[in-house]
Amino acid sequence: MFPLLSAIIFLPVLGAVLIALTPRARVTLIRALAFVFSGAALALALALFAGFSRNVATPQYVERAAWIPQLGISYFLGVDGLSLPFIVLTAMLTFLAVIASWHIELRPKEYFALMLVLETGVLGVFSSLDFLLFFLFWEVELIPMYLLIGTWGGPRREYAAIKFVIYTLAGSALMLVGILTLYFFGSAHTFDMLALRQQGIDPVVATFAFFLVFFGFAVKLPSFPFHTWLPDAHVEAPTAVSVLLAGVLLKMGGYGMLRVNVGMMPDVLAANAPFIGALAVVSILYGAAVSTVQHDLKSLVAYSSVSHMGYVLLGIAALTPGSLGGAAVQMFTHGLITGLLFLLVGVVYERTHTRIIASMGGLAPRMPLIATIFVIAGLASLGLPATAGFIGEFAVFVGAYPSLPWLTIVAIFGVVATAGYILWMLQRVFFGPPNPRWAALTDANRWFEVAPLVTLAALVLVVGIVPSLLTDIIQASVPGLASSPLLTAAR
Amino acid sequence: MPAITTDLNIALLAPELALAVVALVVIGLDLVLPAERKSLLAYLGVLGLIAAGALAVGLGGSTQVGYAGTWIVDPVAIFFKLLFLIAAAFVLLSSIDYIRRRTDYQGEYYAVLLFATTGMLMMASARELITLYLALELTSISLYVLAGFLKGEKTSAEAGIKYLVLGAVSSAALLYGMALTFGLTGTTVLPDIARQIAANRVETSPLLMVALVLVAAGFGFKVAAVPFHLWVPDVYQGAPTPVTAFLSVASKASGFVILLRVFTVAFAGLTPVWAGLFAVLAAVTMTVGNVGALRQTNVKRLMGYSSIGQAGYALMAFAAFLPGQSPAVNSATAATNSATVSALLFFLLAYALTNLAVFAAIIHVSNRLGSDELADYAGLSGRAPVLSLALLLGLLSLVGLPPMVGFWSKIYLFYSVFNAGVIWLVVVALLNSALAASYYLRIIHAMYLRPAPVDKPLAADAPLGLALAASVIAVVVLGLLPSPVFQAAASAAANLRP
Repeated sequence: MFPLLSAIIFLPVLGAVLIALTPRARVTLIRALAFVFSGAALALALALFAGFSRNVATPQYVERAAWIPQLGISYFLGVDGLSLPFIVLTAMLTFLAVIASWHIELRPKEYFALMLVLETGVLGVFSSLDFLLFFLFWEVELIPMYLLIGTWGGPRREYAAIKFVIYTLAGSALMLVGILTLYFFGSAHTFDMLALRQQGIDPVVATFAFFLVFFGFAVKLPSFPFHTWLPDAHVEAPTAVSVLLAGVLLKMGGYGMLRVNVGMMPDVLAANAPFIGALAVVSILYGAAVSTVQHDLKSLVAYSSVSHMGYVLLGIAALTPGSLGGAAVQMFTHGLITGLLFLLVGVVYERTHTRIIASMGGLAPRMPLIATIFVIAGLASLGLPATAGFIGEFAVFVGAYPSLPWLTIVAIFGVVATAGYILWMLQRVFFGPPNPRWAALTDANRWFEVAPLVTLAALVLVVGIVPSLLTDIIQASVPGLASSPLLTAAR
Repeated sequence: MPAITTDLNIALLAPELALAVVALVVIGLDLVLPAERKSLLAYLGVLGLIAAGALAVGLGGSTQVGYAGTWIVDPVAIFFKLLFLIAAAFVLLSSIDYIRRRTDYQGEYYAVLLFATTGMLMMASARELITLYLALELTSISLYVLAGFLKGEKTSAEAGIKYLVLGAVSSAALLYGMALTFGLTGTTVLPDIARQIAANRVETSPLLMVALVLVAAGFGFKVAAVPFHLWVPDVYQGAPTPVTAFLSVASKASGFVILLRVFTVAFAGLTPVWAGLFAVLAAVTMTVGNVGALRQTNVKRLMGYSSIGQAGYALMAFAAFLPGQSPAVNSATAATNSATVSALLFFLLAYALTNLAVFAAIIHVSNRLGSDELADYAGLSGRAPVLSLALLLGLLSLVGLPPMVGFWSKIYLFYSVFNAGVIWLVVVALLNSALAASYYLRIIHAMYLRPAPVDKPLAADAPLGLALAASVIAVVVLGLLPSPVFQAAASAAANLRP
């Protein structure tokens, strides 16, 4: 059988190697290689999407080979309803990010090569079913991101890049202790993530392991109080890198929680649900409050991510089939919407050369296409029905209420706050009296600006109107994640 | 256990003898070769190292003891001998250009380097304290000379003197510890010491504790464990860079082989005592090394602190030893200890290859820029893209990131130590790794994120390029396919017996 998953994961890094071998001066060829290889990965990911059986809960397209028998590590890949959406999302956003980076003139060779290596790392995380392989891919993503932020970023890029690395490494260090704990203290003695779901483990040890891996994921998600790297990284990162950071890297955190904390230790999660739910609610409200007072358009979007990822955490904490599905949907749609928002901030900045909200105003008549798409993205971000933003949030609230009623009620105020800061921002940037300073600005008019914007905007609407495209897949595996034999026994 | 004989089987000394002969030939040829052809001596040295390696491999497989029990050739000895020989070959290749530019005494340099290597080969096989001490001194005295080899340069002369004085003090401590051990047990042969300790019931004797601590201090100097690390920054910075590479790789590994022999064999009965001691030493060593590296502005000095940090990780293996290896061997305990030794071997090999790659790059920069200051690495990626990529991969391996071999060496080591139950130490080590990443990243940061002062490309030179390419390729290939070397380390460790 054709190893479709391996092909999807390693096509980008093959492209990166070819780019590395291309002479520096041949910029067009470098761009073309990045376009072709990220495009090929996307095409195969769509083939995976088409060929996926929607009523099977267990992993499909499984590839398994012994790799390092001395440590019990195998090359074990597979996709289920939880991982498939994120594989498609990663392939799509990377492809769009490559297009949106067409005009990069500072060392395009390194830029595109790193972006493709990053894609391989992230795709590997979403496809691995061996815990150490998962960890390996988790670490691969680090250095490309460091260099992308640190080389092509804004004025404080070096600080932001090193902060990102230190936070992530601290998280992954503790995660590794957690992985080893699950391995050595469980009954299964394996890194096989499916077998780890079935194993028996002492509840005290399980609690210890739970919080070690939870910390690693919570840094990535990020959840309050581990979120402070995120605004720095986002504000400094170049546009396309912000898109990937918000669109796919944060999802690694939520994905890990669903796969590991929910999938392997649901009883520990159930026991600590109020605490984790409280973290979620603080993230939601604090993120929204801080977004409201931002002067910088990009940091507003960055803090809104903290708030939106809070809904994901709330869905996970509530641990009902509906809330878990909602969390997965929310992550996917947040990837589309926030990716789109960062692209929009990027094209606006290209024109105004400022991101200070107060100095904009009345941009809509100058750039009707950008304004229209920005409004679509904004409305989706605040969760308007018929946009992609609605379904995830709604499913989280409905699913979480029976389990964590008070926290859910408090969290709903986050929606109000989101509506407030998004609409206020749209009003200040695009409407109101036109600022004469911007009279000469043009709309998005280059193909590499228009194409990603239109594609993502269309997807935001399509997923909002036909959510079954997404929910059918997630429905296949995610609600069943928490029903491990252990949990059933514990209840 | 193999029978002890007084068998004077000269074949057991073949690698050492071959290398000593080659070193003498190098000295002789040095007299007749014209100055511009002296680099031939380095290639001759490499050939000698390869020959010694072939002889060592020829001895491999079984465990053989000879010379009245003072000498042992077992898979662990062969493993370390090959490690030393590989390191010496890389260092010779990296030295050619560096030494030619800086001194007229090229022949002496190569010969002394070969003598140091000979001493290390002996350390891997010593099974008796006097033999061990002689081997250690042959290595150390050669290294004192090498550290101060550029006697016209103030920093090198300072490095030589510092290393000599502190090294002599540590040798004295070691010798005193050995003398006390001999006084208590009446023997210097390692397994006999263990037997006497058990027979005379002196496990709790305060004098034996003093002996143990003194021996640990002497070896601690060799591996640069805190608090015996104070020589490292100055010597690493001042010594000729290829010698620094040799110190950080081969000399350190030789410290670990004698630690392994003496503590797991002679002091096997005291395992709980020294395992606890090494747990504290490991934690303190890695933390001091990594914290010390944070503020360094000289790359060689930074790598000195890095080597202290890495020694701290390797010392974890000794903290993970479980008691009861002999005489009543519990099979589960033996398996755990064997896995720990195997992880240590793999870690040292991975560290050696990685550090050789990193130092080859540093030597290259030093040859072309005449500087080891971090600030001068600015924008290197634009001026020497291939060199920068090689250094990047080496540094990522030191951080412990995939797909480099350093990822697996750490995973394997932490896995083994965790398995032995010293979980707090694994947590300390992992937090240290995260901390250490920030100073390795400073080099990467300078190369990739800082603008270059000038755009002039750096020229390459061939033998150094070969050393760099070979070590980087090994770092990446072993990162992707570590299994065969895991296997080799495991089978060597499984055969480690008194």
